[in-house]
Amino acid sequence: MVKPDRLTDLECAVVVQDLTVAYKEKPVLWDIDLKIPKGVLLAIVGPNGAGKTTLLRSIMGMIKPAAGNVAIFGQSIAAKKRSIGYMPQRGTVDWDFPTDALDVVMMGRYGHIGWFKRPSVNDKKLSLEALDRVGMADFASRPLNQLSGGQQQRVFLARALVQDADLYFMDEPFVGVDAVTEQAIIELLKELRNQSKTVVVVHHDLQTLADYFDWVSLLNVRQIAYGSVADVLTPENLKITYGGRSSFLMHNPVIT
Amino acid sequence: MSIEQLSIIGLASLVSISCSLCGVYLVLRRLALISDAISHSILLGIVCSFFIVHDLNSPLLILGATLTGVLMVYLTEILVASKRLKKDASIGLVFPLFFSISVLLINLFAADIHLDQDSVLLGEIAFTPFRLLTIWGYNLGPASLWVMGGILVLNVVFISVFYKELKLTTFDHGLAAMLGFFPAYLHYAFMAMVSITAVGAFESVGVILVVALMIVPPATAYLLTNRLFPMMILSIVFGLASSLLGYSMAFYLNVSIAGSMAVMTGILFLLVFLFSPSQGLIMKFLTFQQQRILFSTNMLLIQLLEHEGTKTEKTENTVSNLIVHMKWTFKFANSIVSYALEKGFIQRHDDRLLLTSFGREKAKRVIVMDA
Ligand SMILES: Nc1ncnc2c1ncn2[C@@H]1O[C@H](COP(=O)(O)OP(=O)(O)OP(=O)(O)O)[C@@H](O)[C@H]1O
Ligand SMILES: [Mg+2]
Repeated sequence: MVKPDRLTDLECAVVVQDLTVAYKEKPVLWDIDLKIPKGVLLAIVGPNGAGKTTLLRSIMGMIKPAAGNVAIFGQSIAAKKRSIGYMPQRGTVDWDFPTDALDVVMMGRYGHIGWFKRPSVNDKKLSLEALDRVGMADFASRPLNQLSGGQQQRVFLARALVQDADLYFMDEPFVGVDAVTEQAIIELLKELRNQSKTVVVVHHDLQTLADYFDWVSLLNVRQIAYGSVADVLTPENLKITYGGRSSFLMHNPVIT
Repeated sequence: MSIEQLSIIGLASLVSISCSLCGVYLVLRRLALISDAISHSILLGIVCSFFIVHDLNSPLLILGATLTGVLMVYLTEILVASKRLKKDASIGLVFPLFFSISVLLINLFAADIHLDQDSVLLGEIAFTPFRLLTIWGYNLGPASLWVMGGILVLNVVFISVFYKELKLTTFDHGLAAMLGFFPAYLHYAFMAMVSITAVGAFESVGVILVVALMIVPPATAYLLTNRLFPMMILSIVFGLASSLLGYSMAFYLNVSIAGSMAVMTGILFLLVFLFSPSQGLIMKFLTFQQQRILFSTNMLLIQLLEHEGTKTEKTENTVSNLIVHMKWTFKFANSIVSYALEKGFIQRHDDRLLLTSFGREKAKRVIVMDA
């Protein structure tokens, strides 16, 4: 595997340079440099409040950084919106909104549909297929607030899938789902990667990192380490990232 | 019914439909308070524009009023962005300022401005028929009907054209931003829409009651449906019903029309809140009672089955033991026993209770289901 600093910009889905983000005066992300190669499954790992969600949102242009640059496939985010799929962290949308599962998935098509036009028969077909892929075909017309937490996660995964993107950002897709769902989701993500799409996932479980992901970025305000899972997951790096708490998180470090 | 009455009813209907439509998105975006703030703020725009054009019927007044509504929203958002104030505090800071300035201006120049305080607060829908729109000498009927009709058309057009965009920005601001639907611009466009609607409604129902017409019908509709489009339709239905019922009430009791309309929105809400088939309080209470009876009957059957044929059966399987053991009241124990008797689960011999074979089967099934 190539070392991250050897990557040319052409090989990259995302190039982040000197990114600094602050809410109020306090910097939440400090001077992040990150080159994400095309066609990898990348995990972003760090403690609560490390700035993982903030990093994803600033790459996608939802937050204006205090400093720094982001390029998506060599272009500005505005030019590349259609190539991005996004699954938000739980709790960032209004779960009582009067809508059903199919309608939520269809929102993933809005970028392709564009302004003013209504979703077509084809958009509906694609959305139903996506619901089927995540095993939720029977729930298409179920109101959103009558779905369980894991079912809601699947619906949002389906919504990211119908965005039919080249680059996916998924914020904690495995939180609150059972083992079967987790397996189903990771299979889907690997399938996307095998279709040479780039998938960036915020992940909390250090035990499964090596199984699930090719690359990992350890984040805590600064980027602590970045590279292949085997290179990055050292006790020292974990200690810097999590402070003294890393030993609780990892009983059997992958690398010793 | 006279033509005057008809035009009042017509105006009330136009006002309530427009308000209900805007209101759906206000409620879903959790901006209910903003509508109150806007309806108070537009007064400043009306007063200031009046100083410029010296004509209370000029369309410029609507423009000025709409602009102050949007300006008020903008100022509150600047305050929120400063991180020194929360949203509710910012709203509470800006709109009373706008409103009090306009009240002072009206006081100072009352002789010039033909706005009296009562009509500012409660509107003057009753005068609708007497302000006529004449163009080139033709009498086109009450002016307010034309203005409000135009505002309703604007509402319908705005919401139909931006239906998908409004839905997405309301539901998931982040995704809307990422997909390039400019949620911030859409927000201000919508706020302008709410301001225009508030200006139209202001003339009829005054500044205080606009919030009732905008918020209560959608909130009522929200109790009944889980879909956006039906919510809009139901909201219109409740808005319309409030204005018609409100007008009748005002007519028979000889009270304020605007006040009656607002009261009706509240009454309809209360009725739905109590009697809604899916979420109403009464229905919930009934289902709860029903489930309590079924559950307690099952408990009774299991208790009887467990002690059947044991040495202690004579003392365990009695009504008096139920009261001690299950902590039931005498009355509740008797009602459960009667229910079980009626269903043929048990037989009663004075204090003692015996399972029928049907009851025994049922008890066994319940235990298996629990396991
Ligand atoms: N809108 C906001 N305004 C102010 N501060 C914020 C805002 N959003 C996040 N923060 C702060 O920024 C920091 C990083 O937040 P972020 O949501 O990116 O963390 P995270 O790594 O995604 O955490 P988690 O694992 O809990 O999801 C936190 O300290 C948080 O309190
Ligand atoms: Mg997060």
